[in-house]
Amino acid sequence: MTDPVALSLWCVAALLATAVLGVALSRSGAATRLVYGVATAISVAALLSAAVRLLNPLSDTATLILPLGLPWIGAHFRLDVLSAFFLIVVNLGGAAASLYGLGYGRHESAPHRVLPFFPAFLAGMNLVVLSSDAFSFLLSWEFMSLTSWAMVLAHHRDAQNTRAGYVYLVMATFGTFALLLAFGLLAGPNGGYAFDAIRSSARTPMVSALVLILMLLGAGSKAGLVPLHVWLPLAHPAAPSHVSALMSGVMTKVAVYGFIRVVFDLLGEPAWWAGLLVLAIGSITAVLGILSALMEKDIKRLLAYSTIENIGIVFISLGLSLAFKANGMAAAAALALVAALFHVLNHSMFKSLLFFGAGAVLTATGERDMDKLGGLIHRMPATSVLFLIGCVAISALPPLNGFASEWLAFQAVLISPDLPQWALRLAVPAAGGMLALSAALAAACFVKAYGISFLGRPRSSAAETAVEVDRYSVAAMAILAALCLLAGILPGGVVDTLAPVTQALMGSSMPVQLHTPWLSLVPIAQSRSSYNGLLVLVFIAASSGFAVYFIHRFASRIIRRAAAWACAFPEFTPAMQYSAGSFSQPIRRVFGTLVFRAKEKVDMPAPGDVRPARLTVSMSDLSWEAIYAPIGGAVMLVADRLNFLQFLTIRRYLSVVFVLLVTLLLVVAVWR
Amino acid sequence: MEMIADLAVQGLQMALVLLLAPLLTGLVRKIKSRLMRRRGASVFQPYRDLLRLMRKDVVLADNASWLFRAAPYLIFATTWVAASLIPTFATGLLFAWSADLIAIIALVGSARFFLALAGMDVGTSFGGIGSSREVMIASLAEPAMLLIVFTLALTAGSTQLSTVSAFMASDHIGLRVSVGMALVGLIMVALAENSRIPVDNPATHLELTMVHEAMVLEYSGRHLAMLEFAASLKLLLYISLIACLFVPWGLAAAEDGPTTYAVGIAVYLLKLLVGAALLALFETAIAKMRVFRVPQFMGAALMLGLLGTLLLFVSRSI
Repeated sequence: MTDPVALSLWCVAALLATAVLGVALSRSGAATRLVYGVATAISVAALLSAAVRLLNPLSDTATLILPLGLPWIGAHFRLDVLSAFFLIVVNLGGAAASLYGLGYGRHESAPHRVLPFFPAFLAGMNLVVLSSDAFSFLLSWEFMSLTSWAMVLAHHRDAQNTRAGYVYLVMATFGTFALLLAFGLLAGPNGGYAFDAIRSSARTPMVSALVLILMLLGAGSKAGLVPLHVWLPLAHPAAPSHVSALMSGVMTKVAVYGFIRVVFDLLGEPAWWAGLLVLAIGSITAVLGILSALMEKDIKRLLAYSTIENIGIVFISLGLSLAFKANGMAAAAALALVAALFHVLNHSMFKSLLFFGAGAVLTATGERDMDKLGGLIHRMPATSVLFLIGCVAISALPPLNGFASEWLAFQAVLISPDLPQWALRLAVPAAGGMLALSAALAAACFVKAYGISFLGRPRSSAAETAVEVDRYSVAAMAILAALCLLAGILPGGVVDTLAPVTQALMGSSMPVQLHTPWLSLVPIAQSRSSYNGLLVLVFIAASSGFAVYFIHRFASRIIRRAAAWACAFPEFTPAMQYSAGSFSQPIRRVFGTLVFRAKEKVDMPAPGDVRPARLTVSMSDLSWEAIYAPIGGAVMLVADRLNFLQFLTIRRYLSVVFVLLVTLLLVVAVWR
Repeated sequence: MEMIADLAVQGLQMALVLLLAPLLTGLVRKIKSRLMRRRGASVFQPYRDLLRLMRKDVVLADNASWLFRAAPYLIFATTWVAASLIPTFATGLLFAWSADLIAIIALVGSARFFLALAGMDVGTSFGGIGSSREVMIASLAEPAMLLIVFTLALTAGSTQLSTVSAFMASDHIGLRVSVGMALVGLIMVALAENSRIPVDNPATHLELTMVHEAMVLEYSGRHLAMLEFAASLKLLLYISLIACLFVPWGLAAAEDGPTTYAVGIAVYLLKLLVGAALLALFETAIAKMRVFRVPQFMGAALMLGLLGTLLLFVSRSI
């Protein structure tokens, strides 16, 4: 059998070749079908090879060194269990998105702006996970950012998209810059850029702390940690929907991979305050993300904000894991890490599913604004069922998969009183509360998303005349929905699959789950806690089946159709239904005045005046105002002040260069 | 053989909660009426109501979807499963471990999720107002409930209800501040979750104040029967939960024989009676609050839960 690394790299090469093919053929008719078809096949192959690698822990993790990149380093590639797990996440999302693209891509107005970049983007994400030295990691990271950026700008004539692309580019550059510094610090003065060299070298606590913070900035800006999340709700929705799914569902996970790789693997033993820091940032991210999502009326922006929430949940678990690891509680650290990785997998599945659903709605109606949707459940039966499954899964409701991973996170929270540090002991219950709050708000958010877009009466003629989407799109959504259900009812299987990963990173793993009676999930002991998604599903199915049978057999089964009653209050137009804004108004009143400084202004005309009354709501994004606006302002100010430098004579320029050179030489002289 | 006996006891529990739920609702209504110097309907009236509703035709709004028709059964089934997983007369039943306390809360959350969706299906503003307010209340009640669960789970070292109630019945527990806080918080959450006064009024159809009733406004016939039944089951669920956590005495253990089970059932009936009386007394004594007061009420429950948990985390080292 071929070396698994080589196999994965061949898949990457094939994806890159497909990208070149996409350039060559992009204007011909069959290109869409060809590119997405080939990308699906390659992603499935890469997925299978990664799965084989993860399920076969004895296979070797040899490093493959290719004579590329910097001549004195070469490009190192390695496929260990952590990489294998993330390769599964990447290629599962990639395969689903490619399959979806087979149908969705046909409606693309500018295929030549998407087709070449789509396989290249997939290749970039694969490469980040495979690379095993700082240079190829950063190069692949930038490649991934730039290819996705190109697709954000696929519809570049829309001013909003241009702005999104600009903000994304600035944030991506900033993130890579932080990563560059982090790897520079990790490599040390001798420049050991290979991960093996980094792993074996020692660092002072000061350097480790700096690396952690730089990683939170670098990987965090790509993942969407607050306050570095501002680009995400702009850029993710701007791309075509299957690319949005990849960016939200998969690329953020690659960022999580980068964080885990450096902080859990390369950096060595963490300090306890690292756990506290990650926990705090994760909690704030989770709650702010979902609150922002609740305020949205654009369905794709809502989904993008919800990605921020889920990244927050992942980082809460990662923070817990760091805290346990720092205190030598390996089993607990493994539990928290499994919760994080499980949620990574889950989120990649249901967020892709939901973005596909949003894309289907966009194809069918041309609308992203939920206030122009409604009643789609009658016109898009398959999409509405599958989107509902995604909504239930992301709202962390049993028996679907979102609940299983959050349940594990709660179990990890409940071990934490054994932590010795006071600060952690105070922070962990608060983080648990924030986790619970974000789960409850997520349910509210997805009741809103589903209720406004799919239920009720159509709010526009586009929603009234929508038709179901093509079978490729439905198939892609159906596969993800089935996987969500499967991971929800057999969480033990996922936990067992993750065991080698935690074993490698923590030196400990959760107890084997597939041997527990009835396939329940038992993180520590049966008497302590257990959950069985399969039985819960069976119970619900059996009792609802019983109820349906009993009622229809022994009671009435007659149905009469009539106009809606609504307390006999006639509702003339669909505009009288609840809208996205009115649905979240109670929550906006409860949380929004503090978090978004939401203000409602009612303009009520005097009696006898015939102009309409108006309600205006204003909200502000605090992180934008407090951080980005001042920085942007400062940059503009400095640029204005330095503008004169553009018009100097050659003599002046030379003297400036000379003065600078002397100054720098003096600095170096004093430094030495 | 033992398996069959275990299954029978589990089946008894499922049948028991199903049979007792309407009676509990009737009991609360009866006691409330007596407290208001009314005679009130018989305690068996809810059964009659359910039968009457089941026999009636369903009048469905023109644009109601399959979700609207499936939701009542799903909500009923989910609530029933959740209620049967709570130890009522015995702990350690056959399937008691298939969902711990966190999962039971989440099951109740699933039922609410579908109810809120069903409220929006027909597309009337009443359904919308109900759903929108329900999710607002739930977004505070659920985290409060989970923090209370944390408090109990940390005290007993388990989220498994059977283990927690066994711990609460043992001598280890003593008098603890955080458990007291959890009790008060849990009662507040239970009032909100069951749409009782002061959060919501189960007896009203005055549109400006209603939450639960607004969501089910478009339902009729057997669908409404299912939802009413689910509401009764939910009330029973919360009273059983409070009973098994805070007054766990009289619960039979897994290996006990039929006589202890009989005693367990008798004690459970007594607990339900007391619970119904206390609820009726409380509801009669207090006025409903306006909707935007509810967040403060729920915020208090949330803070009680958080304080209880924090106290436990902090006191661990002392």
